[in-house]
Amino acid sequence: MARPPAPLDDLARQYGPHRHDAPPGGYEENSRRPHSLVETHCCFCGQQCGIRLKVRDNQVVGFEPWEEFPFNRGMLCPKGVRRYLQNAHPDRLLDPLIRAEGGFRKAGWEEALGTTVSRLTDIQARHGKDAIAIYGGASLTTEKTYLLGKLARLGFGTRHIDYNGRLCMVSAGTAYKLTFGVDRSPNPWDDIPKAQVLLVAGSNVAECSPITTDYFWRCRDNGGKLIVVDPRMTPITRNADLYLPVRPGTDLALFMGMLRVIIEARLVDSTFVEQHTTGFDALAASVQEWTLARAAEVTGVPPQSIETAARWIGEADRAMGLHARGIEHQSKGVENCLAMINLFLVTGHYGREGAGCVMITGQGNGQGGREHGQKCDQLPGQRSITDPAARAHVASVWGVSPDEIPQAGLSAVEIMEAIHRGEIKGLLSMCFNPLVSLPDAGYVREALEKLEFFGVIDFFLSETAHHADVVLAGGLHEEEEGIVTSAEGRVIHIKQAVTPPPNARTDTDILLDIARRLGKEKYFPFRSSGDILDELRRASKGGPADYGGISYEKIDRQMGVFWPCPTEDHPGTPRLFEGGRFFHQDGRAHLQSSAWRESGDPVDADFPVYLTTGRVVSQYLSGTQTRRIGPLVDQYPEPRAELHPRLAESLGVEDGDWVAITTRRDELCFRAMVVKTIRPDTVFVPYHWAGLRSINRLTHRTLDPRSKIPEYKVSACRLRKVEPPPERLPVALPMAGAR
Amino acid sequence: MFGYGFYVDPERCIGCRACENACAECDTHRGTSMIHVDFIDRRNSIASVPTVCMHCEQPTCAEVCPADAIKRSDDGVVQSSLKPRCVACNNCVVACPFGVPKMMTQLEQMMKCDMCYDRTSVGKRPMCATVCPSQALAYVQPDRIQVGRRETPTNRFRFGNQVITTKVHMMAPAGRDAIAVDVVDYMWEAQR
Repeated sequence: MARPPAPLDDLARQYGPHRHDAPPGGYEENSRRPHSLVETHCCFCGQQCGIRLKVRDNQVVGFEPWEEFPFNRGMLCPKGVRRYLQNAHPDRLLDPLIRAEGGFRKAGWEEALGTTVSRLTDIQARHGKDAIAIYGGASLTTEKTYLLGKLARLGFGTRHIDYNGRLCMVSAGTAYKLTFGVDRSPNPWDDIPKAQVLLVAGSNVAECSPITTDYFWRCRDNGGKLIVVDPRMTPITRNADLYLPVRPGTDLALFMGMLRVIIEARLVDSTFVEQHTTGFDALAASVQEWTLARAAEVTGVPPQSIETAARWIGEADRAMGLHARGIEHQSKGVENCLAMINLFLVTGHYGREGAGCVMITGQGNGQGGREHGQKCDQLPGQRSITDPAARAHVASVWGVSPDEIPQAGLSAVEIMEAIHRGEIKGLLSMCFNPLVSLPDAGYVREALEKLEFFGVIDFFLSETAHHADVVLAGGLHEEEEGIVTSAEGRVIHIKQAVTPPPNARTDTDILLDIARRLGKEKYFPFRSSGDILDELRRASKGGPADYGGISYEKIDRQMGVFWPCPTEDHPGTPRLFEGGRFFHQDGRAHLQSSAWRESGDPVDADFPVYLTTGRVVSQYLSGTQTRRIGPLVDQYPEPRAELHPRLAESLGVEDGDWVAITTRRDELCFRAMVVKTIRPDTVFVPYHWAGLRSINRLTHRTLDPRSKIPEYKVSACRLRKVEPPPERLPVALPMAGAR
Repeated sequence: MFGYGFYVDPERCIGCRACENACAECDTHRGTSMIHVDFIDRRNSIASVPTVCMHCEQPTCAEVCPADAIKRSDDGVVQSSLKPRCVACNNCVVACPFGVPKMMTQLEQMMKCDMCYDRTSVGKRPMCATVCPSQALAYVQPDRIQVGRRETPTNRFRFGNQVITTKVHMMAPAGRDAIAVDVVDYMWEAQR
């Protein structure tokens, strides 16, 4: 029974989250002493801004802008500016921990690793190989994700490995693979300023990928028009030329309505459609019923706005679309992406400068982290695990027979459900905080408590790790060399700036030690991250995500290499589909038709308001890192419920009052933020907090049937005013772990 | 950095506070930001605006200082108060038309943006203008600022009868040579 070994308040007092506010020795002292500079990248978000870390005495003590790195040219957001404060942090786990009576006790590596391996293999001996699962994360370097995938499949022999990118990029990835035969943003960001029209859907760029704002403003300076699709007026909307306040969960209807306008107005590029696509007739038929009147009725967007947006895209020579979790975090996330892509395909906006529809990857290694083996259905190089040829290739690189590679396993949410059902009894999790980040957190807690064995590899004790039997003290982003791939498909080089504290280890060390204890060291002969990259290059070779010609040295020389890059002398591929050549066997893009469906948690008389969730600029994901950085905590100390004055007045709520939000799962209280920048039928709460501040207690587990992404962006709820302050809330603001 | 100008364009601000955070991290500021970002009216709008010292040619803060503690250097940068002279009277804080100076109560000294003297003097751009991800703060050569931008820079501000000329420029809608903030400035009486 994997229950926390002590009251959560006690664990929070001991392990945090505590604030870290200043560099080692304080600002005064820090400014006087010399330092060296390491050119690397920020660990927060898929923009992967170049940054120089100040290093002294094996600690990161500050930052300097890195103006030569072409993507962000020195620009940063507050997370990047303060990211150095996660180093030398008082909450850093310095030793392995083992659950004991009344708390965790420090343990040696021999005991911690020995226990982890023997308990997991014992479960497998009693209940079968697939009775354990591995969770990975998209903040890890690509080398680590490759290693984790290989460890699951060859080390433990389980088919169940999946990762927290399942909560991020899989709807877009599925849609791009269906349509194009490859899962990557087709355009480099340098294309954005060259577009004449930008359609930005479900992406709070100013807060979730702030550097992209610079590209938008440059586009507008060049005369480009900005269209924003969002239930909230996010900060970029202040300069939008057209704003479409779409009702949560209705993006598909909007895009189908727009496509019908494009077809009716004869704005289809029929030459491009005939020469480079398949499926147009079926697609055209599928949107016939989506008249402007119906689209407006379903989406809550004025018909003339829908028509104008469609015409601007259809009439432009170069148009680009950008989408993110807003349209992807839905039970029809894949359909939303397909329908948005279709707008740009039928108008011929692909394979050219300033033309294309791209996804904005959210997590640090959201792109690279899904390409090389920690996704339940993929092998390295973005190869399908069900494809016999792909299995044969990877098996030959690994030196095993294809039969020894397990088949596809369950996805992240499905793994938690299998744990809840008692089918999966052991879990090893790295870089993942599912108690905060998965939907329906009460259900997740129940599942975690059923585990026979739970091992965690992390550098802070996350809320999920409270349930662990063994915690292996892993390494920080700045403690290991590796590669990651940014939102635009640029493979970049993360440098080792410092080494882990004496008794902590790098993640790679831990994984290799586990492999050795499993008796599988012959498959893991790696002595450095570079060794892993060499094998990864061979394993990816010939696949859609071909890293064959990518090396650390080449990345440094070119300031990044866009994949595919099959050979040493290949410069990389910033823009995909040049000349209208797509990655499917027939070289064409396959237009996909969709049919309208309702959300998995429908609004009704009992739950009449839409609840939608997202991020704020100063926090990142489940907050394991950013809730420990003082200035970022101060910037947005607690989640607020954003609601429109019209809704607030109907509830008798004023700004700063407390409201209870109730869904079909649970009820929580938040302080209200009354603003006219959100639809009156919608309430927004950001998701970075735990315990009674965790909005994911209220979200639901309905998944997109193909991508298996949860529907975070659309839940049904009701609200009522409550008296402040609810006593059960812990007082210390960053102490968000308590019940 | 010789020949560079500082430009503020509030319309491009996304309220992310990268500038505030970076200003605090600058070696000479030691954890305290010398600039600030305001959401103007969050209930009704997402509009936000960064405020840096405008570095006036005739700084009101210096004019009202009873201790002669605020100096403007030859290159037009208005400095924080001189520690030995500052009497922490708050006159400058109250008088500045832009609301810039801050009283550091613990230090008993007024501190304000000095346009990153430590950085610009060694060829680096000011911290805030380097990190700003949305072009709301820019430190560039004057002939670069209008490449592509529709707005025009202006550095004359009318506060009723007081006209202030500043080292820092504000990006204004095209065709304006000064920014007036008082309705009176737009009335027929004021033109006489």
